[in-house]
Amino acid sequence: MSAQDQPLIEARTIEKAFRATQALRGVSVAIGPGEVVAITGPSGSGKSTLLHCLAGILRPDSGEVRYAGRRIDTLDETERTLLRREHFGILFQFGGLVPELAAAENVALPLLLARHGREESMTAARSWLERLGVAECAGLRPGEMSAGQLQRVAVARALVTRPRVLFADEPTGALDTVSGEEVLALLLYAAREQGSTLVLVTHDNQIAAYADGEIFLRDGRAASEEGARSGVRP
Amino acid sequence: MYSCAVSTVHVLLGLLASRPRHGYELKREHDTRFPAAKPLPYGQVYATLGRLERDGLVLVDGTEQDSGPERTRYAITERGAHALGRWLAQVEEPAPYLGGTMQTKIVLALLTRRSAEPYLRAQREAHLTRMRELTARKSDPGAPMADVLAADYAILHLDADLRWMETTMNRLNDLRAEVGA
Ligand SMILES: Nc1ncnc2c1ncn2[C@@H]1O[C@H](COP(=O)(O)OP(=O)(O)OP(=O)(O)O)[C@@H](O)[C@H]1O
Ligand SMILES: [Mg+2]
Repeated sequence: MSAQDQPLIEARTIEKAFRATQALRGVSVAIGPGEVVAITGPSGSGKSTLLHCLAGILRPDSGEVRYAGRRIDTLDETERTLLRREHFGILFQFGGLVPELAAAENVALPLLLARHGREESMTAARSWLERLGVAECAGLRPGEMSAGQLQRVAVARALVTRPRVLFADEPTGALDTVSGEEVLALLLYAAREQGSTLVLVTHDNQIAAYADGEIFLRDGRAASEEGARSGVRP
Repeated sequence: MYSCAVSTVHVLLGLLASRPRHGYELKREHDTRFPAAKPLPYGQVYATLGRLERDGLVLVDGTEQDSGPERTRYAITERGAHALGRWLAQVEEPAPYLGGTMQTKIVLALLTRRSAEPYLRAQREAHLTRMRELTARKSDPGAPMADVLAADYAILHLDADLRWMETTMNRLNDLRAEVGA
């Protein structure tokens, strides 16, 4: 991110504890529009917790989170749900698809929730499935697809609303290196094409090397020298 | 001037940083602390100490004599400590087979009561930057297959280094206890 750019997502010295466990100890982050950033670090270092705080899923105990200059950590549950639905796409390691629905219906779901028409939503869903190379899966339920297909469908669902920011937690974690890199390449291509910002949790350095910048966490800190510092440098 | 890889210069400075020692002791310390390295020949120890003294990085701290010959004891100077600190913090050019240099820096950092983590973080960043360049190169749709294969090779080796750095970060406390700092 260059100095004159206003960050799209910004966190200042956020802390988050789960009872006795201090998951984040004063993490600061600034992510520019259109940037692809990897959150890395060992297991338990706070990657998912940080992602959830940035995406407005969790509220930090202290510190600030801003999206497009606006505080989001102070919003209530309903306001944050609305924000996520309108601006964010969220992608988890194991897809998180609805098991009873066919792939195309799963992909159409975010559009239907945003009150788009059924026909229009299904058409958009099918064209996203096609772009991700899984058009033939449109009628299959999650139980009838391979891990690689499931993840492509999940990517389609995360992108169908054309979110400004896509948050992904280990999106390739369940895949081998080759199909993991394929899914990631599709994700990056789609994100770059529509100018989406991508925030990606991964423990895989080769995946992290696809990103423009890195936030490396250890014991809930982005850097050892000081509690608060941007994990992303220009 | 002293910016090359595992250099005897910096190893000797690192060993002298905790207390003054004579040449024989330095050789023994080196050979036991860095068993993966080649044993230091005496000649090289004395020649290096001579150069360090000439450049004002160490000075003669006194002489010792038990039953054997007289031994010169050397101590690190402020300039020497400064040169050591710079080298310990300096990131290595990401390249295959850096293990020895990185490990030496980490052991010497702990031995001289520094934290090794800032160096490891900086080295991680340098490695990842290199990996990004290679990833961009191999992702270029026009890249010849030979370049893709070469990039794959370099990326996998850098990844091995990065994983070693991650493991090492988790072992710093044990290592600190072992080096006795
Ligand atoms: N809902 C929760 N309740 C209690 N503790 C939690 C909860 N979520 C996270 N933690 C704890 O907070 C710390 C950070 O967890 P987090 O899930 O953010 O780590 P992570 O870096 O994503 O790890 P992994 O790579 O294993 O997914 C851990 O010690 C974890 O046990
Ligand atoms: Mg996690």
